[in-house]
Amino acid sequence: MTTTRTRPAPGRPATASPAATERIGRVVAPVVVGVIGLAGWQFLVSVVEVSPYLLPGPQEIGSELNDNFAAVREAFWITGANAAIGLLFGTVVGIVLAGLAAWARVVDGMLAFVVASLAVVPIVALAPVLNSMYGADSEYGRRAIAAIAAFVPVYVNTVRGLRQTTPQHRDLMHSYSASGWQTFSSLTLPSAAPHVITGIRVASSLAVISALVAEYFGGPRGGLGSFISTSAATSAYALAWAYVVAAIVLGLVAYVVTVLIERLVQWRLPTGGRS
Amino acid sequence: MTTDRPTAPVPDQEDHVDDPQPDRERPVRRATDSEPDHAFGAPPAVRARGVSKTFGSRRSQVTALSEVDLTVAAGEFVALIGPSGCGKSTLMRLIADLEAPTSGSLEVFGKPAARARADQDYGIAFQQAGLLPWRTVAANIALPLELHRAPRAERKQRVAELVELVGLGDFAKSRPDQLSGGMQQRVAIARSLAERPRLLLMDEPFGALDEMTRERMQAELARISLETGAAVVFVTHSIPEAVFLADRVVVMSARPGRITDEIVTGIGRDVVRDEHLREDPAFFSKVTEVREALHAGPVSASGAHER
Repeated sequence: MTTTRTRPAPGRPATASPAATERIGRVVAPVVVGVIGLAGWQFLVSVVEVSPYLLPGPQEIGSELNDNFAAVREAFWITGANAAIGLLFGTVVGIVLAGLAAWARVVDGMLAFVVASLAVVPIVALAPVLNSMYGADSEYGRRAIAAIAAFVPVYVNTVRGLRQTTPQHRDLMHSYSASGWQTFSSLTLPSAAPHVITGIRVASSLAVISALVAEYFGGPRGGLGSFISTSAATSAYALAWAYVVAAIVLGLVAYVVTVLIERLVQWRLPTGGRS
Repeated sequence: MTTDRPTAPVPDQEDHVDDPQPDRERPVRRATDSEPDHAFGAPPAVRARGVSKTFGSRRSQVTALSEVDLTVAAGEFVALIGPSGCGKSTLMRLIADLEAPTSGSLEVFGKPAARARADQDYGIAFQQAGLLPWRTVAANIALPLELHRAPRAERKQRVAELVELVGLGDFAKSRPDQLSGGMQQRVAIARSLAERPRLLLMDEPFGALDEMTRERMQAELARISLETGAAVVFVTHSIPEAVFLADRVVVMSARPGRITDEIVTGIGRDVVRDEHLREDPAFFSKVTEVREALHAGPVSASGAHER
């Protein structure tokens, strides 16, 4: 993926290409790389005859995906919903607690250790505990894991963002006799917004990964993670790969959604915090 | 945020009695005509009596200001000048109630400074423009009006006036980072004028500008102060700037910060501040006078430590 950006550069001088060509190039280049990659993969499987146990071909994966589309879609929604709920919950809690921490140093001091602990807790360790805590047929354990993973970056970035106001801006608000709420809504919050968004962007991929990985460690059957592991365990490697493809799509969807949120906020607050 | 200012009652506003008055063509020297409750003459814009300010803990105290007496009449333009560390900025911050004096009394329009701040009797501009980068020029100017809940229509009209006043009509929708330093400072000045304050506090507002922009801005400020009729307390360390703009130049010295001299420039408010004034021999002689007054005091050789 990283080669896509640099690829068109040596072919033609950047200055000579008009904006339109460059735009088309930005779309075409990754597609070309993708097609070449898939062709190479198919070549390895069909011509070099790599064992399908080691590496199923793209064609095989595609047909598995097609045959099991309903099941894959259902699993996609289960994992997606878990990740989204976890992300939402972690974000809200993260922002609220960060607000408290920025408001009172005491809260920051109290939370610092907890947040540092949460940041280093491995999902692998937490998932079985929470899954058995909430019971084998409950999704709450997975959602809790996604929420914990999302909470940390949102909290850390928001705390930092809420401390971005300059002494001069604070003097200015003081000279206007602005109330605490007014100062927060017209100065502190807009200064913090770009940092909060950064936190959410990091959190969104973490939430998806955590929701997926949590499914490996028990809980109800369903969801991409649990099907990847069961398919692989029953040697249905092509099907496992089909679920992996769905997982990649889910991650990309999460990424695109957060980019859109970021655009929206930037459109409202074009230059972000301080400049 | 109630801004119950001691102005004449506004008859045609039912629910926003505490908003700034909407009459635009306010006569010069509003203090005299809008304060019927001061029968024996309007109080001065600023009256400081024996004001001292010390910073720091008990062990290492720094006296920023010592026994300062200063009166600024309504509509008067006073420049505070002195070496770094003479407490001129501190004095301005005390007037603005951004700091509290350690001792002495400080009144703004006959009220305690804190009350004057609550009533929004002054507008303030700093050395850095301090605009909110996510707001447009117009929205930056509108900020104090929004915070004090001025009606939308009035806000819009006032911002349009101010944008024209500071000559940024074409830039109302621009963002601060698209403007030059001088233009940003103009926005900051427009913002400080938004609520028609009777007192303007300016802390080296042109300190960060290049010399040519600076001279142009000085001429504009002179024009604006004449048009608004507001009293101005102007902190600067430029002697020509102080003489060019002010009715009275207050000379301060450092360690401890105190007032050592006051020089009336004798350049009337109605004299046009332009290139001719800068080349006037009378202007030069006043510049010399202020310079000598500055050097008469014990000049702090090393420069400053505190503000």
